[in-house]
Amino acid sequence: MLKLVNVNSRYGLIHVLKNVSMHVSAGEIVTLIGANGAGKSTALRAISGLQPVHEGKIFFSDKEITNAPAEKLVRQGIAQVPEGRQIFWPMTVMDNLEVGGVVTYSLHGKKGLYDAIEGMFQLFPILKERQNQYAGTLSGGEQQMLAIAMALINRPRFLLLDEPSMGLAPLIVKEIFSVIARLREEEGLTVLLVEQNANAALKVADRGYVMETGKIVFEDTASNLMRNQEVRRAYLGKDKREIWE
Amino acid sequence: MDQVGSGFSDFLQFLFMGLQRGSIYALVGMGYNIIYNSTGVINFAQGEFVVFGGLMMVTLTMTANLSIPLAFLLTVLFVTLIGVLMERFTIKPVKNPNVLRLIIITIAVSILLKGMAMCFWGKGSHYMRHFTGSDPIEVFGATLLPQTLWIIGILAVVVIGFVLFFNHTMIGKSMRACAINRDAARLAGINDRNMVMLSFALSAGIGAIAGIIITPIIQMDYTRGALLGLKGFGAAVVGGLGNSFGAVAAGMLFGIMEAMAAGYISSHYMDAVALLILLIVLFIRPSGLFGSADAARLREF
Repeated sequence: MLKLVNVNSRYGLIHVLKNVSMHVSAGEIVTLIGANGAGKSTALRAISGLQPVHEGKIFFSDKEITNAPAEKLVRQGIAQVPEGRQIFWPMTVMDNLEVGGVVTYSLHGKKGLYDAIEGMFQLFPILKERQNQYAGTLSGGEQQMLAIAMALINRPRFLLLDEPSMGLAPLIVKEIFSVIARLREEEGLTVLLVEQNANAALKVADRGYVMETGKIVFEDTASNLMRNQEVRRAYLGKDKREIWE
Repeated sequence: MDQVGSGFSDFLQFLFMGLQRGSIYALVGMGYNIIYNSTGVINFAQGEFVVFGGLMMVTLTMTANLSIPLAFLLTVLFVTLIGVLMERFTIKPVKNPNVLRLIIITIAVSILLKGMAMCFWGKGSHYMRHFTGSDPIEVFGATLLPQTLWIIGILAVVVIGFVLFFNHTMIGKSMRACAINRDAARLAGINDRNMVMLSFALSAGIGAIAGIIITPIIQMDYTRGALLGLKGFGAAVVGGLGNSFGAVAAGMLFGIMEAMAAGYISSHYMDAVALLILLIVLFIRPSGLFGSADAARLREF
């Protein structure tokens, strides 16, 4: 469904993505793990059209989308939940969802938009209770749910999730991941998940890529990656052998 | 006016004058804020929008003899179009936009517009008839021009329209979203470029309205833009950049303080008052009376 071929990207002189190639098939949950600053978020931003691709190509459903602007890609069914819960703080939850659903509004009108918002309230019931509250006053977990709802509201086929677990209580992380898993089961949503919390990410994912300083260094099924010595040492916090191992 | 009337009627007279001037500063300040919110840039051509509004209105009503409502509408459309063209031809094509570069472009555009205004309308000042007669109304010994009521009323309509637009329409909400967080807005499918264009259109339209309603009182000429723009800018800064209600409040404050200074001290110092307030506010509260320092720091292009 998604294919990156030798993608390179720079911030000024800094070469952030170095020949990154990866693919995600329809219905898969794929995770991209790696240390802080490895280029994971940049990879997502390059896919969603926020970060320019300087060399290489990106394909989505066999169509080239390299450097297509973000606002057009949303209409093709790619949605990104950006890092750090980037919701519109000074606006109410309802306003946030309406803005998130601009595409739905332009395609299906007012009724379509409010049906979609109702759907999001069913997915995250807490948002319904909070609908008239300013988004900036929500708790971290609620903000993340709102951010995800704003991405899901246009019924994307492909969801890019950037660090959804950042700064959240484990229980909320679990709830968010279970919603993602459910959407995959029920609607065939395809997910590319970027995480520093490699453990949680590999548990929910089918496959994984490991990124180091802008390069993909490993690619395997999630269960194999979890057993991989190198990955365990670097990302799963198991640097020395337990006494019974 | 100083030889007639009691202290109260003098005060009232100055207040009316202050409200009338303040409304104009408020409108100009709002214009600055709309563009600032969408681009992080101060549009120094804002004063020129006001001049074009005033001069176009003069031409349409005094030369072409159109009715005032029709001329009003056409003038606003005309200046809005100038705003759109300005964005499309001078702001949008900039390859690596940064705030300084864009601000310098707006200065260039303001010089260009000023020159064009001089070519088309000449150097003289232009008289325009009042909207509904110029017979003053007597209120507690002070005189109130009907035009002043028009000015305050139109400001009120613009402010209400503004609130409705930004809080209750999808386009308005999208514009706000784009101002708050451009990346997140783009991910939601909002074309940020179009929002910037729209902000220039709105801002030019509001500038035109300010020019139209003030022209019967001040007699517009092509050089008026600089000072009106400066005071409006002061209002936007004192109100807290980006905060449109702050701009309205600060604009009113400027107008009233100016009128009081002119009345009670000397009209020579009138123009200095607004700038003095601006300086004091910048020293004591650089984020403006109604602005928050955090918001100012977080904003970027």
